[in-house]
Amino acid sequence: MANTSDSTYMEPSDDVHAEGIHAGGTPIVYGLYDDEVDLIEAVRKANADHLDIYDVYTPFPVHGLDPVMGIEESRLHIGGFVYGALGTLTAFGFMTWVFTRDWPIIFGGKPYFSAPAFIPITFELTVLFSAIGMVLSFYLICGLGPGAAEVNIDDRITDDKFCLAFSSKGIGQADRDQFADFFRSTGASETSAKVL
Amino acid sequence: MSAPISSLREPLVLGHKTYHDITEDICSPTESTPNAAWVAAFILSVTLLGLYAFCLVVTIWFGIGTWDLNRTVGWGWDITNFVWWVGIGHAGTLISAILLLFRQKWRTGVNRAAEAMTIFAVVCAGQFPLIHMGRQWLAFFIFPYPNTRGPLWVNFNSPLLWDVFAISTYLTVSLLFWYLGLVPDFATVRDRSKGLRRKIYNILCFGWTGAAKHWSRWESMALVLAGLSTPLVLSVHTIVSFDFATSVIPGWHTTIFPPYFVAGAIFSGFAMVLTLMLIARKVLNLEQYITIAHIESMNKVILLTGSIVGVAYLTELFVAWYSGYVYEQFAFFNRALGPYYWSYFGMMACNVISPQLFWKKSWRRNITLTFFMSIFINIGMWFERFVIIATTLARDYLPSSWSYYIPTWVEIGIFVGTIGLFFTLFLVFTRVAPVIAIAEIKSILKSSGDQYSDHPDYQDGPAKSDQVLQNQPS
Repeated sequence: MANTSDSTYMEPSDDVHAEGIHAGGTPIVYGLYDDEVDLIEAVRKANADHLDIYDVYTPFPVHGLDPVMGIEESRLHIGGFVYGALGTLTAFGFMTWVFTRDWPIIFGGKPYFSAPAFIPITFELTVLFSAIGMVLSFYLICGLGPGAAEVNIDDRITDDKFCLAFSSKGIGQADRDQFADFFRSTGASETSAKVL
Repeated sequence: MSAPISSLREPLVLGHKTYHDITEDICSPTESTPNAAWVAAFILSVTLLGLYAFCLVVTIWFGIGTWDLNRTVGWGWDITNFVWWVGIGHAGTLISAILLLFRQKWRTGVNRAAEAMTIFAVVCAGQFPLIHMGRQWLAFFIFPYPNTRGPLWVNFNSPLLWDVFAISTYLTVSLLFWYLGLVPDFATVRDRSKGLRRKIYNILCFGWTGAAKHWSRWESMALVLAGLSTPLVLSVHTIVSFDFATSVIPGWHTTIFPPYFVAGAIFSGFAMVLTLMLIARKVLNLEQYITIAHIESMNKVILLTGSIVGVAYLTELFVAWYSGYVYEQFAFFNRALGPYYWSYFGMMACNVISPQLFWKKSWRRNITLTFFMSIFINIGMWFERFVIIATTLARDYLPSSWSYYIPTWVEIGIFVGTIGLFFTLFLVFTRVAPVIAIAEIKSILKSSGDQYSDHPDYQDGPAKSDQVLQNQPS
């Protein structure tokens, strides 16, 4: 791993870029920050400098990062509603079909279509469909799941470092200098390069 | 980063922790060899689990005649244990869902373990309806699947079937919610390990990266799941109470059951969380994350729900008297003064009188007292279910059917065995997963860490703060 322990910017070696091209991965340059406040300031500055952020990696959900990065509110809850509505219709429709069409039975003199008695199961299936659907959608759109390849930039990103990464695909020396200046001026504690 | 915190709020993370300290403290129990206490507890739990397996084989081999149930008392320890375990399984989702919606920061210290406890308790609960069926190998008949008997469907109007859906939905949703929280923390464990262990944890963490967009979705997922789980957790014990409330047995047929069962469930669930957390914080050195403030908060919930339960007991008695209905009056007279009077008084003493001790602040913050209280409460809540089930059934409409029911060693073995199952699962959990939600603790550090606190007791730097910690009774 090409980490530097001091706070100087390490020139991404040509090997890294060559390897990246052959491997078809994205070469990135990144800075590690010690504090989420520094990270948010860095993202702000990157936006002001019109630098294209590749991604930001943090050990925990940093509040205030989404608006700065322009991340819109997730639409997963709309999905949750749709899955839930599907559960409602499935449960209520199925029970209605069974008790009025497929196999009508009189229980305690109640009507075949005894809607109030269907409510508990309808509610449970609504929640079940919504939760399963939403969670699966979440893993699917994030590309997460058992067997997903490990994307490892730095082991400390899940510990106490906040990472801001820029794509360095096909960039020249001038751009590299600009990134170096950027990381230095925004207070990154370490900078490095890597191919994802 | 967050909204200002009142200086009266006690800090929730002590010891001037940095982000790295948090990772280190919470991950280290999964990385070291277990200590003697863990091994001893594990051996004991697995032994009880063995007893469970043996009693299960006896039950299936000889039939549930081995339980000494009779025509009058058709439900004995089996359903008592079922309701007891489901009740215990209510605290986890309450902590992780309802307290998330209420923005209670102290939930972050205990939510992971409480959710794990919920899942294991529901697993234990699920055993009882399955094994009391008699022909356990036909247990799948309870699900409405297309079959060659017509198809003959299950009775969707029956509260017992509602229970099937409620419990299985609750288990599934709790598992999904719990695992969603575990994914980033498994990634933390992965990034601290090498070789095969790293590969295993990469599978467990689903290849989590910590990308900003993923966190954003993760947070909105957690919120929506909390919104879904909140009515779910209230519905589960409501539906369990319908098993009784929709029947025509005096003493069961009461409209107060749903809220009374839910309050009782939360009451016993918090007691079990306290039992486990008081041991875990000591054994795993997590006293700085599960602080006296956490314990006090949980004791307040116990005081509230315990009082609700107490009011419900008294309301039942009042309504039985006020109804002028002789069978209802007899049912309650019989509960208090009939052949099972000892269980009624055990219930009253443990559930109504004992939680009232927690009106005193210094007692709420006393660890020894809290530990004993948590055990008492769970004994009391077990008695409550036994009182409702056994005393009511033992005195039928027909005095000629009256009987007395005593469990056999098989039933006792099954109950004690599920405690073994529960603790085996919990002990394994403490070895493989972080018992505190690492990412969530980090996200509250700057608002609730003692070094950021304005609380008068935590003003003078580490020395004073450590002193406060040491002065806590343990």
